[in-house]
Amino acid sequence: MSPELAITLTILLPASATVLLALLDKQPNLREAVSLITAGVLFFIVFGLLETVLDGARPTAHWFDVIPGLSLSFEIEPLGMLFGVVAAGLWIVTALYSIGYMRGNDEANQTRFYICFAIAISAAMGIAFAANMFTLFIFYEVLTLSTYPLVAHKETADARRGARTYLGILITTSIGFQLVAIIWTWVAAGTLDFELGGILTDKIEPTLLPFLLALYAFGIGKAALMPFHRWLPAAMVAPTPVSALLHAVAVVKAGVFTMLKVGVYIFGIDLLATTGAADWLMWLAAFSILAASIIAMTKDNLKARLAYSTISQLSYITLGMALATSLGVMGGAMHIAMHAMGKITLFMCAGAIYVATHKTEISDMDGLGRLMPFTYGAFFIGALSIIGLPPLGGAWSKWYLMLGAADTGQIAMMVVFMASSLLNIAYLLPVVARGFFMGNSGPNPHSLGAATAMPAKGIKGIQEAPLWCVVPPCLTAFGCFVLFFYAGEIYTLIEPVAFPNGAPPS
Amino acid sequence: MLSSLTPHLPVLQVVVPLIAAPLCALFGNRHLAWIIAFVAALISFVISTLLLGSVLDGSVISYQIGGWAPPWGIEYRIDAANAFVLFIVSLIGALVLPYARQSIEREFDASTHAYFYTCYLLCLTGLLGVAATGDAFNVFVFLEISSLATYALVAFGATRDRRALTAAYNYLIMGTIGATFFVIGLGFLYMVTGTLNMADLAVRLADVGDTRVTRVAFVFILVGMGLKLAMFPLHLWLPNAYNYAPSAVTAFLAATATKVALYVLLRFMFTIFQFDFPVQELTFEYVVMPLAIVAMFAASIAAVFQEDVKRLLAYSSVAQVGYMLLGVALLSEAGLTAGIIHLFNHAVTKGALFMAVGCFVYQVGSSRLGDLKGIGKSMPWTTAAFAVGGLSLIGVPLTVGFISKWYLIQASLETGSFLIAGLIVASSLIAVVYVWRIVEVAYLEPVPEGRVKQEAPLTMILPTYALVAASLYFGINSELTSDAASQAAAALYSVTDLVSEGAAP
Repeated sequence: MSPELAITLTILLPASATVLLALLDKQPNLREAVSLITAGVLFFIVFGLLETVLDGARPTAHWFDVIPGLSLSFEIEPLGMLFGVVAAGLWIVTALYSIGYMRGNDEANQTRFYICFAIAISAAMGIAFAANMFTLFIFYEVLTLSTYPLVAHKETADARRGARTYLGILITTSIGFQLVAIIWTWVAAGTLDFELGGILTDKIEPTLLPFLLALYAFGIGKAALMPFHRWLPAAMVAPTPVSALLHAVAVVKAGVFTMLKVGVYIFGIDLLATTGAADWLMWLAAFSILAASIIAMTKDNLKARLAYSTISQLSYITLGMALATSLGVMGGAMHIAMHAMGKITLFMCAGAIYVATHKTEISDMDGLGRLMPFTYGAFFIGALSIIGLPPLGGAWSKWYLMLGAADTGQIAMMVVFMASSLLNIAYLLPVVARGFFMGNSGPNPHSLGAATAMPAKGIKGIQEAPLWCVVPPCLTAFGCFVLFFYAGEIYTLIEPVAFPNGAPPS
Repeated sequence: MLSSLTPHLPVLQVVVPLIAAPLCALFGNRHLAWIIAFVAALISFVISTLLLGSVLDGSVISYQIGGWAPPWGIEYRIDAANAFVLFIVSLIGALVLPYARQSIEREFDASTHAYFYTCYLLCLTGLLGVAATGDAFNVFVFLEISSLATYALVAFGATRDRRALTAAYNYLIMGTIGATFFVIGLGFLYMVTGTLNMADLAVRLADVGDTRVTRVAFVFILVGMGLKLAMFPLHLWLPNAYNYAPSAVTAFLAATATKVALYVLLRFMFTIFQFDFPVQELTFEYVVMPLAIVAMFAASIAAVFQEDVKRLLAYSSVAQVGYMLLGVALLSEAGLTAGIIHLFNHAVTKGALFMAVGCFVYQVGSSRLGDLKGIGKSMPWTTAAFAVGGLSLIGVPLTVGFISKWYLIQASLETGSFLIAGLIVASSLIAVVYVWRIVEVAYLEPVPEGRVKQEAPLTMILPTYALVAASLYFGINSELTSDAASQAAAALYSVTDLVSEGAAP
């Protein structure tokens, strides 16, 4: 298969699967089979492309011009390849998990759910492989719109309100800021193609650069940079597989990926470093990291806590870009993969707990760990990876981010990373601790509904969620381990982007 | 025989519907009338497509009616600008007819249908004539033909809602004032130049220069056309007229009437008065542009608070006219291109939206938001069409609305105006609010009891989808429209080749 065809397929395959999904509305088993097969084939194609990219090739595909001079075209470079592999790989896991969750909860409108999911993946592939900012923006918006029905899935007043916030913030930022930034770039540089080293050098007044960067940084609402982060907690009304999609597979990752792309390929890290245009962004990202972590500690709703954790973790990547140094880009890119694997584990565990017990508040979950040891075990591993402990993947991305901060002499940023790790421990591990160690003797004074929420004393044995809700998080928890040992591969992949001049410190 | 007709295409385009109109009334049979009307509209469409194809390379077709050479005789001049407008008008004209056939069945008495088609064709004749002619007074004549027909068309809505009569009456008064202002302006121009041929006017006016008379003429024409094209705050006739007119009429008018008026304004402002006319620059900078911006915001905000979808879309139209005028008022070729491309894109989008609403009215009998709860489940195809149109109004990528917005923002950034670019995106975000209000009601509210799942007839769905497809196609591949728009802008700009062979004796 030629690379051009492969690229086109990665986008069209999930998109065309929607037709089959719609036709199989009344045959759930076949429908889910289509979902899984598409996910499998997609991953196979993307993985095939990975080898080509690792060999140093940059496959391209050109579709057509939308506006004369502005085309829909694709070029696979390392960052996009990484995002593509992460999204395609985790789609399989999420697809498996969705089957367990949606059936376990007996959700309505499942066909619509799978259709929108497939469109979202198609859009994520378009974002990953876009050859220019214009193409990226188009798929970015497709992703926004295709996930709206997913967030509004339950159609209750709550879901509608959450979905409204979701769409409102994402559309407002993307059309209000990002589109202006893109057109500004187009007018100034005369091109929107991603080029290593950026396209803006000498094209725009250095004093205006921070403003253009601000339009991008806030315009990429999916990166959930404060103060445009509210959509993420609001989207928590969605079913858990959607949260997994939002937090790990596609949406937020598309956001921070776009952020990295803009930093590396539109501005160029050298330009950012020499002009200091990203300094303010560094501080804002640092603030986002700490503030979101602190808010996360106050949340009793497990999914809300994880949502704020995501906001905090995303700003790691933004910060990595804003450091404007090779190691920061490396750390940021790695964190896309590491955080995805860790966070998807946490979310699927939260979903499994909900399917099994219908509990959403952490204070009601005392003692559940002993009933659901696999779920809680996976959660524990995911949490450790997010915190950044070896031997889990999360350790590496934090390592490189720290190196990046040290490289630029930003001691303050190192302090931020360290403080944030401590905060991670403070808001993630109590969930596990409560699950395993509390709830033995009498009602917990801290929990309101403790009496009803307590597992009855003396319950023995295991009461896990349905199999398809438990296996996927265990798989991804295992993935966190694997990533620790395969971080070298990611490093090799990203190296040409992070160190364009070839001289990585050894 | 066909080839011998070719040189006469510019006039045939107008003459065919003009002759067909009385035939409809004479036969009196509504089925026969429909066939006549449809065939006439179709012929016009084919002709305009041929014309557009032959002038897109920048050439100009000049046709002398009755062989009388201009400036004494009436000249029809087709260049890229008006060929584009003719194309839009005849396209919508031909698409609305199959739609109208079923749509008006439920909206008013069958015995009047033949007269409806007569009025419709007259309106089409008028609009095509306005766009095709190269004679200033002829513009006025056709404008009145189309306007008078429009007043009658709006009044057809009286069977469904008596308020259509007041709406039509208001429109009549306002429209007549507009036309009168326009003709007064023409009078002044004739007074100082002694000619009514547009090309000739442009040449002679350049000799007359900037006098008080030409300034007065300018202002009269601006205000007159401003009324016709619903320039804020002269738009007051529009919401009621669009709201109470029969659905097919609304779809037709929204997509064509204001667009043609805008074309006339552009023709006078840019071709006849030209750019270096000092009052013009001041007027556009300090009057038209601020008004356009106010329209973008005020009308969009007004749209947010409407309870009737038709009325909501009508206010949105006023806001969209604001975008077009804003593009024009940037006074650059890029801005003009943006304005013209939005003219086409909005015609397609709004046509699709009003047609979709017409389908709702056909099945539910109302276009009030409260009556459309859960309509996405009872009429999935129509609602999907509406949703796509709504996305295009917002300016989401892959729809024509996005292309418009791209060109507008690009044009404003090229003139260095970040403020205007910011205002454009800010106001288009208001569109998100009013579109999403409808989408939520349509998709997320439960279906009221007793409503059965039934789509509008296919003859209504298909034309709607034709426009939806157009608003997607030209959003994905805008080569044709952006090419035509930039050619049109260039045609409006270029003064030199206006002085054609026989124009200046």
